[in-house]
Amino acid sequence: MKRAKIGPWIALFLGTLYFIVPLIATFEFSLRMRRGEYSFDAYAVVLADARFQATFGYSTALAFATIVVGVLLVVPTAYWVNLRLPKLRPVIEFITLLPLVIPAIVLVFGYLRIYNSESWLPMTSSERLTDLLLTFGYVTLALPYMYRAVDNGLRAIDVRTLTEAAQSLGAGWPTILFRVILPNVRVAVLSGAFLTFAIVIGEFTLAALLDRPAFGPYLQLIGANRAYEPSALAIIAFGVTWACMGLINVVGRASHGQTPKAP
Amino acid sequence: MTQSASPQALSSRAPGFSLSRVSWDWLGVVPFFLFAILFLILPTAFLVVGAFQDSVGNFTLRNIANLTQPSIVAAYWISIKVSAASAIIGGAVGFLIAYAAIAGGVPGWIRPTLMTFSGVASNFAGVPLAFAFLATLGRTGLVTAILIKYFDFNIYQHGFNLLSFWGLVLTYLYFQISLMILIMAPAIDGLKREWREAATILGATTWQYWRYIALPVLGPSLLGTTLLLFANAFGAIATAYGLTGSSLNIVTILLFAQIRGDVLHDQNLGYALALGMIVITGASNIAYIWLRARSERWQR
Repeated sequence: MKRAKIGPWIALFLGTLYFIVPLIATFEFSLRMRRGEYSFDAYAVVLADARFQATFGYSTALAFATIVVGVLLVVPTAYWVNLRLPKLRPVIEFITLLPLVIPAIVLVFGYLRIYNSESWLPMTSSERLTDLLLTFGYVTLALPYMYRAVDNGLRAIDVRTLTEAAQSLGAGWPTILFRVILPNVRVAVLSGAFLTFAIVIGEFTLAALLDRPAFGPYLQLIGANRAYEPSALAIIAFGVTWACMGLINVVGRASHGQTPKAP
Repeated sequence: MTQSASPQALSSRAPGFSLSRVSWDWLGVVPFFLFAILFLILPTAFLVVGAFQDSVGNFTLRNIANLTQPSIVAAYWISIKVSAASAIIGGAVGFLIAYAAIAGGVPGWIRPTLMTFSGVASNFAGVPLAFAFLATLGRTGLVTAILIKYFDFNIYQHGFNLLSFWGLVLTYLYFQISLMILIMAPAIDGLKREWREAATILGATTWQYWRYIALPVLGPSLLGTTLLLFANAFGAIATAYGLTGSSLNIVTILLFAQIRGDVLHDQNLGYALALGMIVITGASNIAYIWLRARSERWQR
């Protein structure tokens, strides 16, 4: 069984070729802006573009807001279900999988119809409220990943004993949640957070249809109008995704090695 | 197992308190359900109900019937073909690569490297992925240029076009293959080495081992994950939009245009279009969940 055959090597070689060549080609293309020689001009142009800075900053802020709301929503719920309502687990798990079933474009279509400016809850009537709606939309998109990460983390610790120990020492619910449970699942929460960041930072559909100045629509706009900048942006986006996934591995390895996988 | 057998919380055992404790537990999940209803259930339900209403709110099946317009059927059909092709090819290739890295007798560092890379590649979708393939196989892309320069072979003069059906499939494969690798790895781990050894001792050929042992065990996860890939591609829009603009008539791009500017000139037909998408992605996801439950029998 341990003898290495030629077949696996061919499969791995062709796979590597398919995955690496586009990255090399994109990088090479991004260096071609100056005629006749390689340069980082395209990166300089992109990074100096005020719209790049504005949209990247906007999406970063939105990603952080999404992570905060997501953690505040998911951690107490998953904790409570583990502690008191284990019978609800299948229902909650089913709901957290729904965003994988309902395409994002359908979801935002519903938002635009329900929360339009003349509805009972006009969340698209001002920019701030639309930002809030977009954040909630991103929390929904990230829900399958965040919930799974946190739930795995909670299952790996003894929630009941920790709770009872904290209670017998006189801790109230906020103390238990934020000073006992949250620190114990921080690896899981961080994994979910980095994955959320990777999803939100370049998201296109929701931001475009809610008409907010996010990084995803900016990428599309540059792609339609420029030659070399899109490649530089693709390399930057790949770097951000790589950083998020790398950080998940780093925090996972730093503790018990529990890394949530994509479902 | 701790949940059913463990002692109750200290305060809850006092007589007379138990009833109030039981009845108030559900309050802890109210925020979650409220969120799910407002931002997941209601928006979807609104579209589903709207698909069965006419413009003044009466029940009708006409929107569903109108989905059979040639342009809408064509959009669904292209979407289904792109999703099926990328799911089947991505599923097969992803499985082969995962199997090669896990059970192919290659050095140990390959597997964690592959898994980390797949985690990145499966999330590297959307507009930047389209840029990467344009820089690779577009008209001025690196691979296109190299083939012309060194092999005197212009793929664009031989029927290839990145902004086409197969171009889109080739691009989708980037995240489809990596997702397949991520999901299939645990299932391949579940193939116990003893089975292979037992089969060999009993005189089975490699073909017989695959035909009667490995494929029946892996079958549900292979099929299920392929269906998941199908749904994954079917709901995608950003990659296609970044690649072809709105020129390729897939159903997500049609829905995008409908949301932006009511190109169908019928709001309720737009809802029916969305309902059709939910039905297709929903059916393949439910089949995936069911098949995964079946395949987990072998992974104890």
